[in-house]
Amino acid sequence: MEATADTPSTADAPSEARILDREPLVLNNRSYAWITNRICGIVENKQPALWWLLFVPSVVLTAIMAFCFVYLISTGVGVWGQRTPVYWAWDITNFVFWIGIGHAGTLISAILFLTRQKWRTSVNRAAEAMTLFAVMCAGLFPAFHVGRVWMVWFLAPIPNANAIWQNFKSPLLWDVFAVSTYFTVSVIFWFIGLVPDLATLRDRCKPGLRKMLYGFFALGWRGGNRQWSHYETAYMLLAALSTPLVLSVHSVVSFDFATSVVPGWHTTIFPPYFVAGAIFGGFAMVLTLMIPARKIYGLQDLITPKHIDNMAKIILLTGTIVGYAYCMEFFMAYYSANKYELQTFQLRAYFNRESAWYYYCMFGFNVISPQLFWFRSMRHNLFAVMAVCMCVNAGMWYERYVIIVTTLERHLVPGSWRNFDATWVDNWTFIGTFGFFMMLFLLFLRFLPVIAIGEVKGVLPQSDPHHEPDREPGVQEEDLMDYPDRHVAKPAAANA
Amino acid sequence: MTKLTWDNAAWISAALFRDLGLKTGQMVKITAGETEIVIPAIEAPGHVTNSITLPMGYGETNGLGYVGNGRGFNVFPLRKNANQFVISGAKIEVLSDVYELAITQDQNTMEGRAVYREGTEAQFDKEPDFAQKTGMDGHIPPNISFYKGQVGVKSETNPDGFDYEHEHQWGMSIDLSKCIGCTACIVACQSENNIPVVGKDQVVKGRIMQWIRMDRYFAVSKWGEEEANADDVMRSPTAEQLENAEMVHQPMACQQCEAAPCETVCPVNATVHTEDGLNAMAYNRCIGTRYCANNCPYIARRFNWFDYNKRPLDELYWGPLSSKDKTGMRESMKLQKNPNVTVRMRGVIEKCTYCVQRLEASKIEQKQKQRDSKDFRIPTDRVKVACQQACPAEAIEFGDLADEKSSVNKAKASPRNYPVLKYIGTQPRTSYLARLRNPNPEMPGAEAVAAWSAHQI
Repeated sequence: MEATADTPSTADAPSEARILDREPLVLNNRSYAWITNRICGIVENKQPALWWLLFVPSVVLTAIMAFCFVYLISTGVGVWGQRTPVYWAWDITNFVFWIGIGHAGTLISAILFLTRQKWRTSVNRAAEAMTLFAVMCAGLFPAFHVGRVWMVWFLAPIPNANAIWQNFKSPLLWDVFAVSTYFTVSVIFWFIGLVPDLATLRDRCKPGLRKMLYGFFALGWRGGNRQWSHYETAYMLLAALSTPLVLSVHSVVSFDFATSVVPGWHTTIFPPYFVAGAIFGGFAMVLTLMIPARKIYGLQDLITPKHIDNMAKIILLTGTIVGYAYCMEFFMAYYSANKYELQTFQLRAYFNRESAWYYYCMFGFNVISPQLFWFRSMRHNLFAVMAVCMCVNAGMWYERYVIIVTTLERHLVPGSWRNFDATWVDNWTFIGTFGFFMMLFLLFLRFLPVIAIGEVKGVLPQSDPHHEPDREPGVQEEDLMDYPDRHVAKPAAANA
Repeated sequence: MTKLTWDNAAWISAALFRDLGLKTGQMVKITAGETEIVIPAIEAPGHVTNSITLPMGYGETNGLGYVGNGRGFNVFPLRKNANQFVISGAKIEVLSDVYELAITQDQNTMEGRAVYREGTEAQFDKEPDFAQKTGMDGHIPPNISFYKGQVGVKSETNPDGFDYEHEHQWGMSIDLSKCIGCTACIVACQSENNIPVVGKDQVVKGRIMQWIRMDRYFAVSKWGEEEANADDVMRSPTAEQLENAEMVHQPMACQQCEAAPCETVCPVNATVHTEDGLNAMAYNRCIGTRYCANNCPYIARRFNWFDYNKRPLDELYWGPLSSKDKTGMRESMKLQKNPNVTVRMRGVIEKCTYCVQRLEASKIEQKQKQRDSKDFRIPTDRVKVACQQACPAEAIEFGDLADEKSSVNKAKASPRNYPVLKYIGTQPRTSYLARLRNPNPEMPGAEAVAAWSAHQI
């Protein structure tokens, strides 16, 4: 690997400054066999008690969510707290929140793949799965928030007896296409990535239903060179296809607001601001899930402090972009000399006393808390990272609430101003989606390899047999080595 | 104008209300002589200090049916033969309970947004078109839009415009000088257009269904020594200022914008424009995303949160838990509905469409009469919309903008004519005539009359 390739033999030239080793992506020089065993072991062995402890409440919450939706559909959207003029509240807030979380997966898998960021391999599978589940949660809200859910097929451009076509000027329709495209491409991308690992699982299990299912979805994968070659081309093409989606989906979601005439929504800053916010929130959720998972399943060697450090840096960057957007919104409202625009922000941040605290939660959680990540010690302190990620998870929900609800509460005509109050159905539907999300994620941990086995092996030093054969053993020598002490890099020892 | 519905309450002047430390809806015990009543309190800006107004006729406990029974509080016991209407020497005692009042407007002031415009006669003489220059309309540059919709009169330069030669072009004008705020228009609209009664708990939540509403704003012309300023946001007036507040009221319904923001955002084309300039609703097509309602600058759209027309009378909505024997609406209630107007189901948006059923009926009648003649136009001002018909002050003019003789055209020709929220560029078909005041200069406080809107830069 380039990591070790860059390391000169410092013993020969003691006067030169020593070039530090690049931090390895997999710690403790784990072998191929160890990686396969460890990751497949999660699926093959009994789940720890903690898994059940999380799974049972998740299923209960999912049932509560299902009950809330049934109640909503059977009775009317009025069981939520919406009112004139706050026609969208928690529903669209939750939608944007979940769809935002669903952005980290594709960013990690597609953009970081194309930019050859090798550290992505340990986290991409779980992040992509998380993306899919988050998009599923997101999709529930726009589908069920409509007044007549049994008529949503009107959104599909299929010829019908009404002879009415969809209104392609509507950002809501763009949304339908953007989100469904994103979901479809994400599923395909995730599935293609899974094929070699499913074959590994297939080969490891006893004959039976399990083997049949893994075998069916492994699509006859044998691991031949031609297969790998085709596979990698397909994967790269899909990565290229998904990359624009990372930017487009949340831009389109932001158009729901940006193309309207409502002060506080009608701003050109929304697309980049929403995309940055989505990546921000998405990475926070990836860390929220992966930090406990790596501990529970003993994956510390694969998901290393370096990964966490990198993601914390992305959170810091995107959080600061979001903070810039918050400030710029205020500046533009002032600079526009538009009274309605300026008042919207004044009301949002101060004068609407009942709702202003949402603004401060948003600002504190999203802009101030990630600033902790300027310090390396904080990025390496798991408790600090978890705390910041929790703040960001909450903060991003507050951000969407501020954008949607507090804006509508103070619409253009003051005679209609009214504050929003959530009902228990609002609360439990939202809490229920967390259960649904967790349930799906736990099932994913249970049945599918949480880390891309094939890809992680590709970033091991022994995967690159072409350099300095005397220093690093090649793939063929793998079986001859006795682990784990054989080829620990020892530049310091060489120096001494 | 208290904007209070479903119940009555003791109207208490702002100073007294605040001195007593009352909250809206807090119960008070009023004792006059030997009689005492308990009633919730509501702040009434502009009310005389140290006096209380009690609306009569509430508090019936039987015989008025589900809607009428138990609404409000009976204040008749205070009324004695000797003193039928004005009782002095009453005592007030504050109780701890708070009663939930269904108030349809939370906001008291206009925050300098110049939705309502007024001026004095002197101002009008000096500058007749003052209303068109009030607020942001006075100084903002014209709106430029890349998206050219169906706007304005069809001509060679504007081929997408509305056809004034072959179609009626409906428009409305509301004269704020004439409007007395009686809300008869609201009742007329409600009965004409089958607008359901949604019940107190829904009104409390802010889900009032009426298509036309009466916005009211209190105005403080001076903050102590300081002149009122349009940049004041949410500046709470003192009790003393509220005692001398002026009040204005403005009927507000769908403005039938030519460049309607609601239409572009509907994903299923459920709200579209007609050739005669109406912003029409296709209820059958609506799936209830409510995006149109969010994007309406005038908040003119209403949503059927529940099946208001199907519910049993004593239950607020017909859901799976409703009692089986009381499902649906009684036959007698069905007869109340206007047969020419759809009864909307739950989950759809509804709003004012200028009584489109009347317009269409009138057109059909005209077509029957005209036979082979080319005279397709409905005679000038023949068709009246429900709110216009009910208005005792004839503040609402409605008619065909393509007909030069129509009274709506005459009204709109006034220099007082202005569209609300012009800066958004919606080009509404409904416009308002600014209110003119003519205070006696000898009168104390005459200089403050209608002065506040002058400050709305």
